[in-house]
Order: sequence, then structure tokens, then C-alpha cells
Amino acid sequence: MARPMNIAEKILAAHAGLDEVVPGQLIECNLDLVLSNDVTAPIAIDECRKITDKVWDAEKVVMVPDHYTPNKDIKSAELANRVRKFVREQGISHYWEVGCVGIEHALLPEQGVCVPGDLIIGADSHTCTYGAMGCFSTGVGSTDAGVGLATGRAWFKVPESIKFVVDGELKPGVTGKDIILHIIGKIGVDGALYKAMEFTGSAIRSLSMEGRLTISNMAIEAGGKAGIIEVDDITRAYVEPRAERPWVEYHSDPDAEYADVIYIDAQDIEPTVALPSLPSNTKPAAECRDIAIDQVVIGSCTNGRIEDMRQAAAVLKGRKVHPNVRCIVIPATQQVVRQCLQEGLTEIFIDANCVVSAPTCGPCLGGHMGCLAAGERAIATTNRNFVGRMGDPTSEVILSSPAVAAASAVAGHVALPEDLD
Amino acid sequence: MRFEGNAHRYGRDIDTDVIIPARHLTTTVPAELAKHCLEDLDPEFVNKVQPGDILVAEENFGCGSSREHAPISIKAAGVSVVIAKSFARIFYRNSINIGLPIMECPAAVDGIKNGDKVSVDADTGTITNLSTGESFQAQPFPAFIQEIIEAGGLIERTKKKMGAN
Repeated sequence: MARPMNIAEKILAAHAGLDEVVPGQLIECNLDLVLSNDVTAPIAIDECRKITDKVWDAEKVVMVPDHYTPNKDIKSAELANRVRKFVREQGISHYWEVGCVGIEHALLPEQGVCVPGDLIIGADSHTCTYGAMGCFSTGVGSTDAGVGLATGRAWFKVPESIKFVVDGELKPGVTGKDIILHIIGKIGVDGALYKAMEFTGSAIRSLSMEGRLTISNMAIEAGGKAGIIEVDDITRAYVEPRAERPWVEYHSDPDAEYADVIYIDAQDIEPTVALPSLPSNTKPAAECRDIAIDQVVIGSCTNGRIEDMRQAAAVLKGRKVHPNVRCIVIPATQQVVRQCLQEGLTEIFIDANCVVSAPTCGPCLGGHMGCLAAGERAIATTNRNFVGRMGDPTSEVILSSPAVAAASAVAGHVALPEDLD
Repeated sequence: MRFEGNAHRYGRDIDTDVIIPARHLTTTVPAELAKHCLEDLDPEFVNKVQPGDILVAEENFGCGSSREHAPISIKAAGVSVVIAKSFARIFYRNSINIGLPIMECPAAVDGIKNGDKVSVDADTGTITNLSTGESFQAQPFPAFIQEIIEAGGLIERTKKKMGAN
């Protein structure tokens, strides 16, 4: 009988071919997917070529050109082309060209590329997103990804886990984004450093897959190695029609060990913002109403899914963006673009004077499609508000949910939907 | 291996966006990345840094993005070793993998001021502040990670292992 284990330990043990693992143990694992994007793949490809001419499994390599596409300049076009040529040469099937591509961490769950029980590394820090589907997925650099491309393997230190139990009924207007900002505000940007985060409790279980993906997405913002949510009927209903492969469900044993268990009353969570310049610098949005803004970004791997678009549109319907504000809406995938059209959300955005962009990471990392000038301030549904993240080093970013971002677009300052006439 | 240089000391939560801002991620050339190292934290850093100099920072150095461009830019800027109270997980892996020496040593960080002359013996983990004469002992690496460092990075270790099989 193996020792009682949590989900993270079970997935790592299974992929290392071991009956059990313990925190601190260094192991080598077989990977289900190796992901990279137009910024990180070029270096990963160069590193892979130092080892072999052929990737270990062309079906398990995923390359998503999402950061600077449609390409913003010649240099970024060259990067994307290095990836494109490699994909063709190697016969890599999980690649999406502009016109099909979306933001990687919205695209993979939507297309059923990742499935519960997977062990995934991605050369993008927000690879932890798939934890919401019961995967152990974690961000790595290009060299780890390059070795993954070549061998299908990676080394891991088995992390300790922290369990976050969010129980009770969420207040109206409180979303997955507010929950994860609340948690990061509580524990800090290194509160889960080197550790796996496991999110559970009735408030987590009440969320849609979209809300859960937002929570797991930002585990890295607390330093987390993974952000895992147990598979339940909501997960199964989401995965079943999409999954490319059979999947495995792992559940934590009742007596599994955790480095810490943190209980949070759902009623204590308000619509929350993170003020510049750390995701942990959180405050209830209601206490920030005097902060003026120049730009709003609604999108990203954190909040660019259909539910996010619906929440923003519900606020913007019949209203206009404040004349001093630019509001940029970026549905995360082509499917979300299509759904926005079909549901009339695109028309609501256009009527409100928002610009609706092609799927791209774009402004989230100050790449393109909405960089900020010196001294400007944005409120964004993205994941990081570091110095210079969206443009000039003196510009500022405030993080929020789609509803708060949309309300702020109308008000011209940080606002809640109920503040609007 | 032994390093000696002047300390450039910074605070906590130094993220990879300020180490190498995304506007420079359209290149993968180390020398190009080096020109913009720490640009949004300290625009003067690239003018001040001398080959062999040592970066010293508080907790959670390298948090945020997985961009390997961050440790690449630090290494290519001539920094010999980074000493911090703690490192963000992905930055830690990336540094080991590309062969940028890093050391976790809270006492040394507290005992080193900006501009101090510092020497580091990476084999023994001994850090000496030559300006004050104080010595500190960093946590040794686990054997597995020491193996990657000794092989010259993850690629070399992987090649060696594959050749051995």
C-alpha cells in the first residue's frame, strides 16, 4: 500500500513509474505534452537540435504562436517563421496558424489537447492553467522545453502542496479572478514558492470551467509550481466532448499530507483589484474608485474566455466607454471570437466604442495591440502588473475581473458595475 | 570555480519583466539581450556592470515569466553569480540549466552592501565580503542539481546520459 498522496504527488508518481513519491524527492518523469510559443520555442528548438534532429513524438509537441501574432514587426515575424519551419519539418500536428490560433492556455483546454491526469511542461509560466482540469502542468524555460522536445522527459522536485479550501456562497459579482487575487493578496507573490497549490471547497466547485481556469492560471503569481483543482462533474462535462485522448482522474487521499491548509470563507471575498506593481497588492475594488484610468484590456489567458466576454458585455450593453478611455477587447481564441459574434457580444462591444482584436497575448506583456505611454494607467483582466509590464516603465497596470474592468471603462476610473447609471 | 567582483544589490520580487522587458524578446541573441539587462529596474546597470560582477537581491528573485531570456541576459551582461535570499522556481531551473551560477544565502544578502567587493567559491558555497571581511555559507545544491552544473548545463547532461545508455 502506497503512502497517502495528494493529486500532485499521484500524477508525478504515475509519470515517474513509481508507486509513491514524497515531497523533496528528485524524479524524472515521462511527459504527456511539451508546449512552447513564438517567444520561447525558437530557443527551445535550438536547444533540442543540440541533442537530436527529431522530436521525441510529433503528436505530443504543442507549438502555439500567440504572443506577437499577427506579427507586429519583422523581428517577431522571423521568430514565428522559425517555429513554422520547424513544425513543418518535424510534422508537428498541434500547431495553429493565424486564423486558427488562439492564446495557448485558452486554446489547449478548449480543443481538448490537454486532458485530466496529464503531466505537461510548457515554456510559458502560465502553463499551470491546466491544473483546473486535474492536470499537473507547470511552466519551465526554453532549455527544459528543448530537452522535453528531444526526450519527452523532464526532472522534477516533488513539491509540497498547500490546500486552499474556499467554502460558502460567493457574493454577487465575485468571480474566479476575485478568488485568486484574494488568495495572492493573502499569501504574497512567493506565498506558494516551490509548492503545488490545490484549490477545493464548495465555492471552487460552484465555478464553471472558465472560472476555475482563471484561478489555476494565476497560481504562478503566488510562486506556485502547479494550481490543481480536482476533477468533478463540471470538469467531465467540459472534457468529454473535446478530449483527444482517454484521461485519468486522480483524487487526493483523505489523509494526504499538506504543508499547509488555508481556509477561506467565500463571504470574505469582495470584487478585488491588484494595484501596481505586484499581483499581491490587492484591495477591494470598492476602495479604489478614485483611481483614474486611460486604458482597459479585457482578454488574455487569464480572462479571455466566453464567460469573461459575457460578463464584460453584460456591463457594457447600452453604455459607452468613457471618452478619455481606450477599451480593447481580445477574445482569446477563434472559437470565442465566433461565439461573441453569434451571441451578439461583438455588437455590444462595438456599440460601446470598444475595439475588438484578433486573439493574441498582445498588450498583456506589453507586446503590441495596446502598449501604454509614460505615466499612463490601465485596468486589465490580465495576470501581471509588474513595472513596465504593459509598456513604458512609468506606466501602471491594475488587475481585475472582466466586470470591474468593463465598469471602469465606462466610468473612466476604477468602478463596480453597480456604480453605473 | 571562484568568482570575484563588485556587488550590485537590489530588493525583493525582482521580476523577469524588469530583468528583460518584453519589448526586447524579439531577439534570442545573448549579446543583444545583455544590452537591456535590468533596464526597467536600473537603466544604469548595463553601464556600471563589469565582467565578473555579482548580483545580490532579496527574496523571490526572477519571479513572473518563464522567459529564459532573463538569465541569458544576466549571464551575457558579464554577471558571474547571482546571490539571493530565494529564487522564483522557473528562474532557478533556467539558471541551473543554462549554467548561470546562483546561490541561496539570506545571511550573505543581509551582509553585503551595494558596491562591496565580494568573492564566491562555488564549489564550497563560501561567500566572502572582501570589503568587510565577513564570510557566509550558502546552501549546497542537491547532488542531482550539482550533476547538471558539473556537466555544464542540462543539454550537456542529457547528451552525456543518452550517450551512456
